[in-house]
Amino acid sequence: MSNNRKSYPLSENHADELRASNGFHLDDLTIENILNDKVTMADIQIAPETLSHQAEIAGAAKRYPLADNFWRAAEMTSLPNELIMEIYEMLRPGRALDRSSLDACAERLRNDFGAEKLALFLEEAAEIYTRHGVFSKRF
Amino acid sequence: MTWRHQSNRWRRFDDWDNRPLRLDLFSKDDPSNGFTAWHGENDPTPSLTIKNRLVTAMDSVSVDRFDMIDTFIARYHIDVDIAEEAMAMSSDEIARMLVDINVPREQLTRLAHGMTPAKLADVVARLSAVELTFAYAKMRPREMPGNQGHVTNAKDDPLQLAADAAVAVALGFDEIETTMRVSRNSWSNALACCVGAAVGRAGVLFQCSSEEAEELEIGMKGFTSYAETVSVYGTEGAFIDGDDTPWSKAWLTSAYASRGIKMRCTSGAAAELLMGFHEAKSLLYLEARCLCMQRGMGAQGTQNGGIDGAPLASTIPGGVRELLAENLLAVWLDLECASGNDARHSESEIRVGAKITPYLLAGSDLICSGFGTILKYDNSFNPSSFNGEELEDFLVLQRDFEADGGLRSVEESSMLALRQRAVDALEAVFDAMGLAVPTSTMKQSVVVASGSNETETFSVGDVGRISSAIQQKGITILDVIKVLHQRGFRDEAENLLFLLRLKLSGDFLQTSALIRDQKVLSAVNRPNQYLGPGTGYRVSAERLSELSQIRGELDKDAVITGQAVYAASEAKKISYRDLGDYIPSSEPKEVVVAISPAFGTRLFQTLAGHSLADVLRCLGEGIEAEGMAMRVIRCWHSADTSFLGLTAARLSGSGIGIGIQAKGTAVIHKRGRLPHNNLELFSNAPITSREHYQRLGANAAIYARGDWPEPVIVTNQGEALGARFHARVALIYAIETAMLVADRHPQQVAITFLESSNV
Repeated sequence: MSNNRKSYPLSENHADELRASNGFHLDDLTIENILNDKVTMADIQIAPETLSHQAEIAGAAKRYPLADNFWRAAEMTSLPNELIMEIYEMLRPGRALDRSSLDACAERLRNDFGAEKLALFLEEAAEIYTRHGVFSKRF
Repeated sequence: MTWRHQSNRWRRFDDWDNRPLRLDLFSKDDPSNGFTAWHGENDPTPSLTIKNRLVTAMDSVSVDRFDMIDTFIARYHIDVDIAEEAMAMSSDEIARMLVDINVPREQLTRLAHGMTPAKLADVVARLSAVELTFAYAKMRPREMPGNQGHVTNAKDDPLQLAADAAVAVALGFDEIETTMRVSRNSWSNALACCVGAAVGRAGVLFQCSSEEAEELEIGMKGFTSYAETVSVYGTEGAFIDGDDTPWSKAWLTSAYASRGIKMRCTSGAAAELLMGFHEAKSLLYLEARCLCMQRGMGAQGTQNGGIDGAPLASTIPGGVRELLAENLLAVWLDLECASGNDARHSESEIRVGAKITPYLLAGSDLICSGFGTILKYDNSFNPSSFNGEELEDFLVLQRDFEADGGLRSVEESSMLALRQRAVDALEAVFDAMGLAVPTSTMKQSVVVASGSNETETFSVGDVGRISSAIQQKGITILDVIKVLHQRGFRDEAENLLFLLRLKLSGDFLQTSALIRDQKVLSAVNRPNQYLGPGTGYRVSAERLSELSQIRGELDKDAVITGQAVYAASEAKKISYRDLGDYIPSSEPKEVVVAISPAFGTRLFQTLAGHSLADVLRCLGEGIEAEGMAMRVIRCWHSADTSFLGLTAARLSGSGIGIGIQAKGTAVIHKRGRLPHNNLELFSNAPITSREHYQRLGANAAIYARGDWPEPVIVTNQGEALGARFHARVALIYAIETAMLVADRHPQQVAITFLESSNV
C-alpha cells in the first residue's frame, strides 16, 4: 500500500489488500461465512499493518499525536482484551501501590509482545506516578 | 382606588416571575471561587520556555512545579518546532487571523500546536460571539456538518430502544448514543440499539455510554462502533476524583483504536467547578488544558462545549459565549468537535433556540453531542436542548436558515412500519438467543408509543436478566448478524456486516469521520476548506429540497380543496342571486354590504371558521336590530376591504356601507371619507366572532342614523396571527384578486337564507 493521504479511505482504495490481524481476508468476511460459522471475533480484529497505515495517513495530515496513538494501537492489537483491561486498571489512581507492577508490565509487553512503544509509555507513567504520588491507595 | 389596585411592586415583575426563564439560576461573577468564564483569580499569564527541545516552564509554572497535567501537555501537546514562533505572535494578531478568510485553516492549526493552554485561551477570549461563530465555521475540520442523537428510555426497555434507534436513523443522525438507568442493563441497551440502528440504513455509528472498562468490553464484542465518554478534567484533583489520569485515559484511547473503534474524549466548562477542584481558574483556561491534553493523548476528537457542566456554565456572565469559545479551541487544535448542545442549559425556549443558532449557522462536526431523539422524561442523560418534543422546531430552524443541521423530516405514513420492523428484528434475536419472548401486546404498545409512559413492556428486572444473559452467554455481533439473516432480516444483517467490514479498514478512526451513503467522510478526504463566500460546504439543491420539507405545508390547492368541503353545506344555508348592475338608492334607512368576488362563490368560510351565510345573517340581524335594512352588493372591481366598504358607502342611501371579504375581514365606511380612513375596521378575521359581526352590523346602522356608537374592539390574547394565518390569507386573497373584472359594476345580489334560525 502506498503511504500518502491519497490512499485514504483504505476501504475504497485498498479494499483488496485489507486483512484482519490474523490474516483473515476482508473478502472472506461475508454473510455466507458468518452463517456457516467460518468467522470468529479474531477475524474482525483490525491488523497492526492497517493501523500503521492509518498512522502514516494521520502523520501526512500533520496530526502527529493522533499518528502516535495509532502506532501504540498497532502494538496493542496483539494484546488480549483481558491484558488491555488489566493494564488500564493498573494505570488508574491508587490501583498499583508502587512502580514495580507497572515496570513488570512494561517488561512483559516488551518481551512477550514486542510492544516497545507501549512499554516506554508504561515506564513513563511509572515515573510520573512516583513523582506525583498517584500510587497512594484511595479506598 | 380600590383594593384591586393595591400593590407594593410593579406587577410586570409578577408576569416575569411566572415565565420559565425564572426557573433558571444566575450566579455572580466570582473569580476567587471559580465562577468566571474568562478571568480566574489564578489564571496564569501565557509563557513558554524551551531548553534543548524540552519544555522547562509553561504558563508561568516551572517544570519542577508542574502537576501531572502540565507534564502531559508539555510532553505530548507542545510541538517544540513551532512553539517559539507561535508564542511570539501577539494574541490580537492571531485572533484576527482566525476570522480572516484569506488565512487558510492549516496555517492556524499549525500555530495552535505550538501554543500553551493560557495562550490559546487568551486568543479566543478576544473574539466576540459573532467572531467566534464565524471562526468556528472556518475552523471545523470536516466539510459537511453532522449530528448525534440520544436513544434511551426511562424503563431501559430494549424493544423501545430498537424502535427509537430506527427512528433516529430515519431522521438522519450520523451517530446514536445510549445509556442506562440501571448500569447492569448496559448489554441489553447495547444489543437493542445496535439492532435498531441497522434498520433502514448502513453506517450509523453507535455507542453505549457506561463505565469506562465496561464500555470498552462492549465495544470488543462488536456491538458498538464508537466511544465518547473518555472524560478529561482540567485540574489534577478533578482528574483523580474522576478515577483516572492522563496516562490511563491515553491508554484507553489507544485501546479503542486497537479494536477498530472510533473514540473521542469528553470535557467541558464547569466540570471542575461541579467537582470542587477549580483552583480559582476560569472555565476557559481549564478547558484549554483539557483540550491540549486530549490532542496530546491522540484522540481524534472531543465532545466539548460544557456538556454536563453547560447548565452551570450558563449561569455565569458570558457563560454561553465561553462555550462557543471552547468549541472553537477544539476545532482550532484540529480535533473533531461534537459541540455540546446536549444537556439542556435553560428552561427558557428562547435561550435554547438562541444557543443552538450559532452552531446551526456555522455547522459543526456533530452539532449536538446528544440531541434527545426521545421525549424529555425518557432521556437517561437528562433532557437535551432539543428533544423528541422539539424535534420539528429544529427541522424548521434548518428550513428557515437553509442551514444543514444534519437532520431530515420523516414520513408519518412510514413510521409505524419502521418501528415494527425494528421491534420484530430484536424479537428475532431475543428468541433465537433464548433471551426473552415479548408478547404481541408488549410489541404493539412500543410500536405506537411516543414515550415509555405509554408502554406495557419488560420490567426493569426482566431487562437486568436479559442484560446479564447477553454478557454471560458471550453473545457477539457475529451471532446477531447470523440470527438476523436466518430470521429474514437480511438488510439489517448486511448493514451490520458493512460496519464490521469497515472496522477492518480503520478509516473511521481518522479525524471527524462519519459514514454517508456507505462512504467514510472525514477531515482527511473531505476537509473543511472554507475561504469565504462560494467556498467550503454549500447546501446542495437536493439537500435544500430535503431541508425545506416540513409536515403540513400549505399550497393553493390545499386551500381550494379545504374550502370546497364547505360548498355543499353553504348551498343548503344560503342562495345568492345576481340582479344586475346595482343602482344607487336614496333610501336613508339602509346599510349596503359589499361582498368580495369569491364570497360564497369559491370561498365559503372565514379564517375563524364561520360559515359566510352565518356571517351575513349576523350582519343583517345587527343592522335590523337598529332599525335599518341590509342590502347586499357584490364588487368585481376590487376585493380590498377599504374599497369594498367605500363602494358600499357611496352606493348606500344612508351613506354608510360595510365591506367584507370572504376571509371575514370587514370595515364600516362612510361616503366622502378617504379609502383608508374608515369608521371601524375588523382586521383580525381569525378571532372575529359571530357576535362581533352582529355588533358590526348594529354599529353601521347607528352611524347610518347619525349617532356615534361605542366602537367594537376585537381583543386578542397576543396570538401571532401572522404566523398562524398569513400564508393562508395570501393564498385566499389571490383567489379573490384572480376573479377581479376591472370595469364591471357592482352587482345587486338577492340573498335568501334557507334555514330558519340556528345562528
